[in-house]
Amino acid sequence: MSEPTEPVATGQEPPAGQEPPRGRDGDGMGGNGAGAGETAAPREPATAPDEDRAGELAAEGDSTDFLGLSRDESVELLRLMILARRVEEKTAEVYQMGKIGGFCHLYIGQEAVAVGAITPLRSDDYLITAYREHAQALVRGITPESVMSELYGRVDGCSGGYGGSMHMFSKELNFMGGHGIVGSHLPLAIGAAYAVRYRGGDQVCLCFFGDSVVNIGAFHESMNMAARWGLPVIFFLENNAYGMGTDIRRVAAADELVQRGKAFAGLESVVVDGMDVLAVRQIMDEAIARGRNEKRPTFIEARCYRYMGHSMADPSHGTYRTREEVEKWRSDDPILSYRRRLIDAGRLTAGEYDEMDRTAIEKAEGAAEFADASPFPEPSAVYENVYSDEYAHGIARRDRWRKEFS
Amino acid sequence: MAVITYREALNEALREEMDRDEAVFIIGEEVGEYDGAYKVSKGLLDTYGEWRVRDAPIAELGFAGLGVGAAMVGLRPVVEFMTWNFALLAIDQVINSAAKLYQMSGGQYNVPIVFRGPGGAALQLAAQHSQCPEPWLSYVPGLKVVAPATAHDAKGLLKAAIRDNDPVCFIESELMYNTVKDDVPEQEYVIPIGSAAVKREGTDVTIVTYAKMVHQSLAAATKLEAEGIDVEVIDLRTVRPIDVPTVIESVKKTNRAVIVEEGWPACNVGSQLVDDIQRDAFDWLDAPIARVSGLDVPMPYARNLEKLVFPNADHVVEAVRHVCHVN
Repeated sequence: MSEPTEPVATGQEPPAGQEPPRGRDGDGMGGNGAGAGETAAPREPATAPDEDRAGELAAEGDSTDFLGLSRDESVELLRLMILARRVEEKTAEVYQMGKIGGFCHLYIGQEAVAVGAITPLRSDDYLITAYREHAQALVRGITPESVMSELYGRVDGCSGGYGGSMHMFSKELNFMGGHGIVGSHLPLAIGAAYAVRYRGGDQVCLCFFGDSVVNIGAFHESMNMAARWGLPVIFFLENNAYGMGTDIRRVAAADELVQRGKAFAGLESVVVDGMDVLAVRQIMDEAIARGRNEKRPTFIEARCYRYMGHSMADPSHGTYRTREEVEKWRSDDPILSYRRRLIDAGRLTAGEYDEMDRTAIEKAEGAAEFADASPFPEPSAVYENVYSDEYAHGIARRDRWRKEFS
Repeated sequence: MAVITYREALNEALREEMDRDEAVFIIGEEVGEYDGAYKVSKGLLDTYGEWRVRDAPIAELGFAGLGVGAAMVGLRPVVEFMTWNFALLAIDQVINSAAKLYQMSGGQYNVPIVFRGPGGAALQLAAQHSQCPEPWLSYVPGLKVVAPATAHDAKGLLKAAIRDNDPVCFIESELMYNTVKDDVPEQEYVIPIGSAAVKREGTDVTIVTYAKMVHQSLAAATKLEAEGIDVEVIDLRTVRPIDVPTVIESVKKTNRAVIVEEGWPACNVGSQLVDDIQRDAFDWLDAPIARVSGLDVPMPYARNLEKLVFPNADHVVEAVRHVCHVN
């Protein structure tokens, strides 16, 4: 790590049964509280985390030359992380106001992954992901207004209000969604990569997923086919250490999750610090080149952390992790640490940062106002988009008592 | 016209569509070097190469999903399940991905994919290899479900399925691959999905059926003709969407209906058809609708027990006599 002064999060636990400390951070980031359930006493995870996440990293961010990025390019990475953070904070706020329904999984804490991994892609590359994808949609280029409108279930949403939090799409941006069944989209990712080889193209397909996926059959089936057939897919594991409320080490028989990829001949499998945007970007540059030029897949395990609960319905901490653990990771915040690097390198001033942050907050506010004003879908839209061509005798014929559609 | 087998008809359809559209490829277990577990894809690997005829590992979930992903970006995959029983391993991709993506994406990503393979009982394959998937699949909005009974229909409907812009589940039959042979035109033709066919015209009773049971029903109709009962046989060919107007028109003519299908009786295609008929032709019915199906048990292995479970022409004859009040 290039910032040795920062404490690196580990799993040092307080005594079992100790009440978590109260109060909020003053750094202005990640600040929507820890969610519900704070009364639960923490206890030790069944398997205590015992590794420094930076312990065996294959790549580290280069703070001296910023990977050859120009000043503006390097600052843009920060801008995108701040925007993602502020939009998610606004999302949490309006969710609690009842503006957003259903499940809502926030990305706060993992911004370095989305920005580091997505920004080096070309516009004709493919991107597919799971259900914690609002920030990834933003970084790929879906506007905050469109993301927020989708969360509100309105016509201006990127999926027209049909998908919601978990199902954001943009065919124009090759953003292949937002998938809600854990692990189900990995086979889709290799399908897109298969189509690239089929057509003789040089795109790659970036596929994000969480740590729980390593135990799912589709993970192994997809890696096997991608490696065997030379499919240009990047399997990007965001290891935030918990599948909902279960420490991955309690349910995965692996010392390190990256080992799972090493079972497949031809699948380059590497670890990266997911809290370091430049490290992520650097390892993605290598994976993209491997896919484009060598037609080989890559498996990246990024070690990162979500500050919030699994979804808006879940506590940030309590039975499965301690407040102290969350605080330790937050003290190595990807936005604040990258901000410091840019300032130390003379690429950013504190005033510019504040201005960028104000702009992000305004965009998030504006997106929420836009979404609130966007119309709900017309009732007649309920039968649209079920089939892409005319259904033989109409799909509404069995609903004859539902006069609102007739 | 040439008489060819059901299997040959499917092979012709695949070849014609692969020649017509370079986006069409086939993936599945044994489809390439082995020429297909049931030889439906015979010779395709030699003609089209490994990227268009892809031998998959035994990983139904994975290769079905690969097809969905490829379809999202514009290819037209034909995913072969060695049998539909094995498709249960892939049902998440069929239902949660293929059937839903068009709507979840607000109409951005349609999924032009065909999932195909044999379904239903063959000969003493026991409980795990003898299932009819049509009711499970036709429950799902977003899917189309096709189950042809003749070589002619198999060819024309598979071509339509491959050209369709939505996911189509195409159910064939081990027993029909070789034994069903009929006239297939020399010139190209496509049969629209969602259109039933009147396979035998009659005036006294309507049998509504599909797939293997079309043949049992036609055999029953021949027997009943000798008894003076004139049977109309409607082959649905597609079970989602069902061609309800054709069924209703026939029932209004005959005033009696018998529904015949191979699978289990609860919540099956016939259950739905009874509802459609009673709603649209209640006043025309002269008798309660009768249903013939397999018995409500997992398929046993023993030859005599399997025979008991499987519906046959005699069962159909009994049901027709019942609705015609003939003993």
